[in-house]
Amino acid sequence: MLMELLRLYHYWVFAMLLMIGFYAVVAKPNLIKKLIGLSLFQAAVFLLYITMGKVDGGTAPIFQPGLVNQVFSNPLPQVLILTAIVVGISTMALGLGIVVRIKEEYGSTEEDVIQEINRRW
Amino acid sequence: MVNWSQHLPVLQVIIPMLCAPLVALLQPRSFAWFAATATSLFAFVIAIMITTGVFAGQDYSYNMGSWPAPYGIELGVDAFSAILLLIVTGASALALLAGRSSLDTDIETDRQPFFYAAWLLALAGMSGILVSADAFNIFVFMEISALASYVLVASGGDRRALPAVFKYLIMGTIGATFYLIGIGLIYLMTGTLNLADMELRIHEVADQKPILVAAGFITIGLALKAAVFPLHMWLPNTYTYAPTIVTVFLAACSTKVSLYLLLRFDFFVFQPNLVNHDIQFSYYLMPLAVLAILIASAVALFEQNLKRMLAYSSVAQIGYIMLGASLVSLTGLTAGIVHMFNHALAKGTLFLAVACLATRIPEFRLSDVSGAARDMPWTMGAFVVGGLSLIGIPGTAGFISKWYLISAALGEGIIGIALVAVIVVSSLMALAYIWRVIEIAYFRTPKNSAVTLREAPPVLLAATWTAALANIYFGLVPSLPVSLSSSAAETLMRHVP
Repeated sequence: MLMELLRLYHYWVFAMLLMIGFYAVVAKPNLIKKLIGLSLFQAAVFLLYITMGKVDGGTAPIFQPGLVNQVFSNPLPQVLILTAIVVGISTMALGLGIVVRIKEEYGSTEEDVIQEINRRW
Repeated sequence: MVNWSQHLPVLQVIIPMLCAPLVALLQPRSFAWFAATATSLFAFVIAIMITTGVFAGQDYSYNMGSWPAPYGIELGVDAFSAILLLIVTGASALALLAGRSSLDTDIETDRQPFFYAAWLLALAGMSGILVSADAFNIFVFMEISALASYVLVASGGDRRALPAVFKYLIMGTIGATFYLIGIGLIYLMTGTLNLADMELRIHEVADQKPILVAAGFITIGLALKAAVFPLHMWLPNTYTYAPTIVTVFLAACSTKVSLYLLLRFDFFVFQPNLVNHDIQFSYYLMPLAVLAILIASAVALFEQNLKRMLAYSSVAQIGYIMLGASLVSLTGLTAGIVHMFNHALAKGTLFLAVACLATRIPEFRLSDVSGAARDMPWTMGAFVVGGLSLIGIPGTAGFISKWYLISAALGEGIIGIALVAVIVVSSLMALAYIWRVIEIAYFRTPKNSAVTLREAPPVLLAATWTAALANIYFGLVPSLPVSLSSSAAETLMRHVP
């Protein structure tokens, strides 16, 4: 039973990384830390995709002459996740851009300080 | 001879997408507005052509790059996508046509080309979600439209928009990532990303648990993006502090596109394959819909800011759409889908009227609009028409969807009667919160009665009244949205065992 659970360690890594990222997004008042959490959260999903493409004994899916009975890994999840990484980077860039603007306008990157300023305004 | 009508689904997406960088490069700002509006109108014309094609029974499945369907990316348009395409492109075209003067005051001149480029990207992303039949492709379009919407919301001068848009970005990304986890799990079990292919292959999966988990992730993720109660926390401030014309566009379409995807995914992929999924679907979503309707209406009743009041009303209206869908019946789904159309009309009119007010009144506290009807009778007239449609007075578009919703609820026995009570109570609350605005604008003396406010710019006013008259037209002649919705509902129900 234990071995069975350990054998699926990549799912555990996925789930734990996901929850660490999610915790940071929810619990940290600092906007930059929230973005770091969001980044971890997305990276966990990338790992889920990348590990699912691996086939036991599989190599890179490149056809070569003279290659018979070769097992290939599934390249599609990696291609998908390449797109998702690009999306993640753009989200992060935009998020950091917004944080820069918030810092300019409010002089802080702490959520509670910003809320306080908005309330008084 | 190229058969153009066959290529309409892909043109719907790539025209705004390719025009976006061109618009960003156009330097004199009036050109940028002109190009964006022309593109948007063209997209609207394509949507109308697609709709007529759908009525004529044309099959719009399209293989990108001629790769056959389960391997390549497939596009497809049916009645459900057609009605949403009409809403999205129509709202975009009308908001841009109306919004020039309003946007000139809200957006700095040298940033305007980028603003219009982001607008077109949002339009392309939303259209992409509506025409695509590939789960991962939809994710990419979802992120394109989301990132562009964040830019649109943050582009105004109001600094309070920045924390609001940060929250929107965090919650929107979490929603999209949940969706990504969901399709990852389905891909793991079935090896396909094509929605139609998924429906068939999930059937062959022996262990359904991962599919159930995927259904959970996808439903929660999309509910977050669609601001389904209680996941609506990003919506009120986003709508309140965004430039008003952006609010018109987003309030009319963005949440509805996510609701569309939620329904399409659930009915096409999960309903036919998961055991008792229709019961789970209604048991989870119906209470949330009822809570959304009651709580958000009550909050709107006590809200002091005009835009935020309308935003909370939007949360309640999303509740109506979910309520119709959660009945999992033909009339219920028709009611939900027709309400997407009618709510877009009503809320579009109301926010356009707010944009008219915004050209003369700087703030949106209710007390600021006191006596506004004396100087701006046309603006407030349109607001009243939009408000009546939101309440659901006979003769306006809102009545049609309430009618369908009530007749769908009555088909459900005892629970149905309770649901009708909920609908009636919340309609009364809508009456109350719209009446508060009318009372303040018509019967209070202006704060500063010496100053005469001018009526809003004629173009903006004309667009507002176009939307207002559309509310009345589709209230009297509802055949277009109703026939599209009922045919969409039939398509969805065909997948329920």
